[in-house]
Amino acid sequence: MSSSSARRPRTIRGSIGLYLIVFFFAVLCGFPFLWATITTFKTNQDLYTTGHNPFAFTQAPTLDNITTLFTTTPYLHFIINSVVIGIVTVGITLVLSVPASYALARLTGRWGLPMAIGIFVVYLVPPTLLFLPLSRVITVLGLQDTIWSLVLVYPGFTIPLSVWLLLGFFRSVPRDVEEQAQVDGYSKVGALVRVVLPLVAPGLFTVVVFTFTLTMQDFIYALAFVSSSSQMTISVGVPTNLVRGDVFYWQSLMASAMIVAIPVAVIYNLFLRKFIQGFTLGAVKG
Amino acid sequence: MSRIDADTTSAAIRARPARRRRYALERDGVLGSLMLGPAVLYLVLVVGYPLVLAIMYSFSDVTVGSSRFDFAGLATFKTAIHDPHFPAVVAHTFIITGISQALVVVLCTILAFTLAANFRGKWFVRFLVLMPWTTPVALGAIIWLWMLDSIFTPFNWFAQQLHVIGPGEQLNLLGHAGLATASVIAVQTWRTLPLATVIVLAGLSSIPRDVEEQAEVDGAGFWRRLFGIQIPLLAPVILVAVLFGIVFTFTDMAVVFILTGGGPGDATQVLASWAFYKGINGGNLAVGAADALFMFPVLLGLAIVVLMMASGRREKS
Amino acid sequence: MAIVEVRDLRKEFGGTAAVDGINLVTEEGEYLVLLGPSGCGKTTLLRLLAGLERPTGGDVVIGGEVVTDLPPRARKIAMVFQSYALYPHKTVRKNIVFPLAAAHVPKSEWAAKVEWAAGILGIQRLLDRRPRELSGGERQRVALARAMVREPQVFLFDEPLSNLDAKLRTSARDELKEFQRRVGITTVYVTHDQVEAMGLGDRIAVLNAGQIQQIGTPEEIYSNPATTFVATFVGAPPMNIIRTDGKLVGFRPENLLPLEAVGSRDDQLVCDFEISRVENLGSDRYVYGSIPALDPEAKVIAKLPSTLTVVARPDTREKYAVELDKLRYFDPDTGERVAPDQRTRTP
Repeated sequence: MSSSSARRPRTIRGSIGLYLIVFFFAVLCGFPFLWATITTFKTNQDLYTTGHNPFAFTQAPTLDNITTLFTTTPYLHFIINSVVIGIVTVGITLVLSVPASYALARLTGRWGLPMAIGIFVVYLVPPTLLFLPLSRVITVLGLQDTIWSLVLVYPGFTIPLSVWLLLGFFRSVPRDVEEQAQVDGYSKVGALVRVVLPLVAPGLFTVVVFTFTLTMQDFIYALAFVSSSSQMTISVGVPTNLVRGDVFYWQSLMASAMIVAIPVAVIYNLFLRKFIQGFTLGAVKG
Repeated sequence: MSRIDADTTSAAIRARPARRRRYALERDGVLGSLMLGPAVLYLVLVVGYPLVLAIMYSFSDVTVGSSRFDFAGLATFKTAIHDPHFPAVVAHTFIITGISQALVVVLCTILAFTLAANFRGKWFVRFLVLMPWTTPVALGAIIWLWMLDSIFTPFNWFAQQLHVIGPGEQLNLLGHAGLATASVIAVQTWRTLPLATVIVLAGLSSIPRDVEEQAEVDGAGFWRRLFGIQIPLLAPVILVAVLFGIVFTFTDMAVVFILTGGGPGDATQVLASWAFYKGINGGNLAVGAADALFMFPVLLGLAIVVLMMASGRREKS
Repeated sequence: MAIVEVRDLRKEFGGTAAVDGINLVTEEGEYLVLLGPSGCGKTTLLRLLAGLERPTGGDVVIGGEVVTDLPPRARKIAMVFQSYALYPHKTVRKNIVFPLAAAHVPKSEWAAKVEWAAGILGIQRLLDRRPRELSGGERQRVALARAMVREPQVFLFDEPLSNLDAKLRTSARDELKEFQRRVGITTVYVTHDQVEAMGLGDRIAVLNAGQIQQIGTPEEIYSNPATTFVATFVGAPPMNIIRTDGKLVGFRPENLLPLEAVGSRDDQLVCDFEISRVENLGSDRYVYGSIPALDPEAKVIAKLPSTLTVVARPDTREKYAVELDKLRYFDPDTGERVAPDQRTRTP
């Protein structure tokens, strides 16, 4: 990494300055999650009394909120729905975007990159523009209020991103290894399957991970297409359906958010390097 | 020079047309179309077609209840624009996007340089920094909703400790128009900062080392190197990084919907959330579509910028 | 073992012809080298032979069969790339059997074939290693084993020695030649290194700008170059070409020797050699200068073997001589070889 402060011995003043800035950003980004975590373990009496330091526990921290989340709310359904939708969407996305991306990398010559950019621009078409006509289409198809409406629609944005990410990985496979496989007796497709795909396996993993988590980000399609809580995803179920009457059970709400936020963050961190490599078309080696 | 006589060669040419046809499928052009086709078709159906429909709706009078679809010319657009809230909605969209992304530009650059340095606990800080982006938007918004709750927000306690407000008072962060807008801006900045930082960080590591070392040898100090060399070289990367944030913020409805519901009153409505209210809650698909379409010119402009930058980069490589 | 023939072969890339009407026939079992500078079309020609590129015009015939429209896998050829293109995720053994699997050779036959190929190349102990654990020379041997295991009609090599250390190159070259002599398969070999070409080829085809300038044995190419391009490309230092009397005259540096060393004879051209610089390279001395009487502008080099102890000092003028039958004449406009006093086309 290029940074002058990494190469020269740092002054005390420089060190303090750096750690201050680090602290500032850590708090800026992490404080909401800290607050949510603390909330999760607070009893009602502790939480809903003002006047004392809110970061301290006046009563012992409890796991009850998490238990009620799973036993008395449809939260588990939300998780199952999100996982099922994620897996099926990943499947559809891979089947369509792997050949498309390979074609753009190897089979389309000079037009490959412009076309890839065109496909990427599709990713920028906002769901908040498309959700209205799509909700009509979904109703016409009879898929309204089912998770399959989302499975149908999500590849619309996961495919462009996957194609773009995979393009970077396909381009990093040395061309002569592919051509060697062709000379050794395979067709282009055969070479793709037997030599190229094993070599881009890390890229495929990365695409799977990012596609899956991308499906969990959507809010508006799920909000517009699904109304029954049994069919809801995490994203729409938590803000709209974990409220009983007018009462927000905040501890469970915060629990429901953190239970998703932490694993997803862990996975992203594991794959971040590969993501950057694909995103920048191999220009940056993570 | 030829050791094969002409007869043998022409006989060989006549003999093998059948085999040649078998391989026609493997020509680059044909194979490329076959492999690209399905994905393109899917996108046309799931993105292109609805886009066209959205445009058609805005020229019609279609509603959720009716299956009628009559051409209405520009009437729907007029209705949308003449709504008393509409100018404010547009203004809010630009203000929230503009301010949040301006903040992101500055913050992501500082943060990228910070993360490029070495310090203890860096992996943990990086983990924290990524969380606003990795967490689904809706969940992040609900966390902020609780954190900014009028009665129970911890900021009340902070403000009381700092004697900004009295013991029984509350900040009511989501209750005043200005504070509510600021809150939305805060959330948008918070959630788009990580992606921008990651992109700029990647760009930092690809600045050729020798340019920097040359500057050091030439006697440039830390600040001059930073502002004279590194930041100018980073400018295109920062632009790309912020481009995404602009698109995601400009077209987002989740934060507004969950955090403020568009309120107080309609003080924080943006085009995307407004289109939702009109189209789904209000049942008027045509007006909703027209409202949403007003996002399109800005998006088109951004797409053109993306394409221009990408072709510029292509020429260089 | 088969003959490779190319008829009127043409390949254009966006308007420019990389291969511009080439006709070529190999002999059975020969080692043919395609030699030329970067961009001359030699690699494109090789790729056309392999089927990795489709020609814009013309035909490729291998073993009597027209393969122009066939993909690489239908041509029964083997190819070795500059990087050796070993499959990084497979062991050496799996690399070698890869072509057998592609050809649906029954698995029962694989072990025998691997042993045979590995035996010839001496890599039996490497069979379970992975490519990243191998040295450059070992990788070449694995690439060769993989190439021969399917018993192809033709071997195609694309500058396989370029990635090796200079020291390794000579021994690798020796191994390659030995290998080809043993298996006897027709080989087409691309290189830009004329020393390599001279050392390896049974015949050399010199290419420039998409066309063949000359095909012949190393001896023929060296002693009787067909054009000034061939004359100056082959041989280091290059042939001296001077312009005199409206003609181009060429002679090799080793043929320009001090008069006092060779003695006066009838069939000589004697000249005053103005020496500007002398390089002592151990086995030879290069004497740089010019021959003002014939061509004041041309730089002329004389190559003296170390066994010749005649003194050569800078800024002196000495009498040097060339045997007349070592002179070569070229047309000043076309660069083509001409007989001393006529204009006939070279064979």
